[in-house]
Amino acid sequence: MSDRHDIRDAFARALLELAEQDDRVVALCNDSLSSSKLEMFRERFPDRLINVGIAEQDLVGIAAGLANGGKRPFACGASCFLTGRALEQIKVDLAYSEARVTLCGMSAGVAYGPLGPTHHSIEDLAWLRAISGLTVVVPADEAETAYSVRAAADHPGPVFIRLSRMPLGAVHSPGHVFELGRAGRLREGDDVTLIANGVMVERALEAAEDLAGRGVEARVLNMATLEPIDRQAIASAARETRGIVTIEEHTVHGGLGSAVAEVVVATHPVPMKILGFPGVFAPTGPTSFILEHFGLTASGICGATLELLETDVRLVEVAT
Amino acid sequence: MINEKELIALLHTRARATRRRNLRMVHEAGIGHIGGDLSATDILTVLYSAILRVDPEHPDDPGRDRFIMSKGHAAGAYYTTLAHRGFFAEDELQLFMQPLSRLNGHPACHKVPGVEASTGPLGHGLPIAVGAALASRIDGATWRVYVLTGDGELQEGSNWEAAMAASHFGLDNLVLTIDRNGLQLAAPTEETMRLEPLAAKWQAFGWAVREVDGHDLPALLEAYRNVPFQPGRPSCLIAHTHKGQGVSFMSDGPSWHHKVPDAVQLELALAELEEPA
Repeated sequence: MSDRHDIRDAFARALLELAEQDDRVVALCNDSLSSSKLEMFRERFPDRLINVGIAEQDLVGIAAGLANGGKRPFACGASCFLTGRALEQIKVDLAYSEARVTLCGMSAGVAYGPLGPTHHSIEDLAWLRAISGLTVVVPADEAETAYSVRAAADHPGPVFIRLSRMPLGAVHSPGHVFELGRAGRLREGDDVTLIANGVMVERALEAAEDLAGRGVEARVLNMATLEPIDRQAIASAARETRGIVTIEEHTVHGGLGSAVAEVVVATHPVPMKILGFPGVFAPTGPTSFILEHFGLTASGICGATLELLETDVRLVEVAT
Repeated sequence: MINEKELIALLHTRARATRRRNLRMVHEAGIGHIGGDLSATDILTVLYSAILRVDPEHPDDPGRDRFIMSKGHAAGAYYTTLAHRGFFAEDELQLFMQPLSRLNGHPACHKVPGVEASTGPLGHGLPIAVGAALASRIDGATWRVYVLTGDGELQEGSNWEAAMAASHFGLDNLVLTIDRNGLQLAAPTEETMRLEPLAAKWQAFGWAVREVDGHDLPALLEAYRNVPFQPGRPSCLIAHTHKGQGVSFMSDGPSWHHKVPDAVQLELALAELEEPA
């Protein structure tokens, strides 16, 4: 995993390729041309790049209108502003209206680490997951990002794609078959299941290797599609392994962990640990510092998983 | 082909019929926004009878003109106009706001034929209209986008984001009508949050602005026939209207924002809106 890439570049290439094939594809941004990596798109398709200025409500409304006019809009902006500022437009103009618009939430999570909590986007998934009819995707590497762009264009409703700016290594083997709404099973294991998405997948895989060194075989699921979530993969993990640890670059309130827990309690309750930001604004600092501060590292995940398994054993002892 | 005089007569007849049906509908449903319905009726009548290139048989025709009803709470006037224009059966108006009806209190574009945008929360229609107008322009198409907002609605900041964008992009295929009845929920706009000088605001944002009596059917017709008011600029038509227009005891009464006429009030109102002999 030495070869690391900013997945926004993969996004930009995939969008450009799509635009070459389909002249309905247009790109929008809120003055975020460079941070959304749309310079090449503008150069190639100047008439199909719409910069609405610093105006997120307008960004989403205009995208909805473009879709009404037969276009396939990709509306890009820093996730913190795009989701927080335009939440009602996302709900009404896109989701409720079943508009074929793709939202690209750039530099999400704590990608803007040193800029502080105003620019962190650690609530976006909870907000968006609550909106009916909106597909929410959190790709983990370049290949999955490119796939997400193509899948969103084909999807008959609105899609939100959450993109980090942290350099990420490939977590999928070259032949991996992606499917919207289907968890990727990246590692086999029957002792415990680690479920992650986005930037945390790579760390979950590293943690699984550490756990293997301690005799624990962890299954690793990449839950790239947060909504609609792969209930079957979660239920199987609950039945076939002793517990589930979820890892997300997001508040623990309402994100991946909550979504998984909703399925677990309704199918096959097992002990869980939900790793993420524990309901506090993150401190300022580089992204890697913030993730480490909250234990969102391979060793943090490994430690939490061992703790879960110990708790599980104690519960079993009490029960017998 | 009918002549101009016959057209105006037809518009008057249709506007009265829409008001009558709208009043009955709100009375039967026991809920609605009759004040804002009646202030918008003449604008909707002129647009749907004489201006918009739309075909109820093909509501999704890619080359149709788009009309976006930003003041979604005036769904009563909107649904009645769409039904009279043939987008769905008039009988369905009985189901207005009834359980499981697709005629929600605010229009939904994926449910009701002819509805271009789901609205209700204010300040959504104009940005959507800007997007649609951009789509038309990218394609070099001739279809236009018409959008109707309330006046109190303009207190939402999203309108001004879109106002900047429409003029920045030079969207002269976009026509905004403001239903300037001067009242919002319970009080005059100018007491709640001042909008004046309204025309100057739109001019300052780069729009070509005209003002019209929003109940003068020939004047509305003339205005819409002359869009864009200026090449290269979006058009803004400030239509001076009266909430509750057409019914003497409702006209300009803030209490009629969402009051429902009882049986006696309904009969009185319908009598005022009868076709002249």
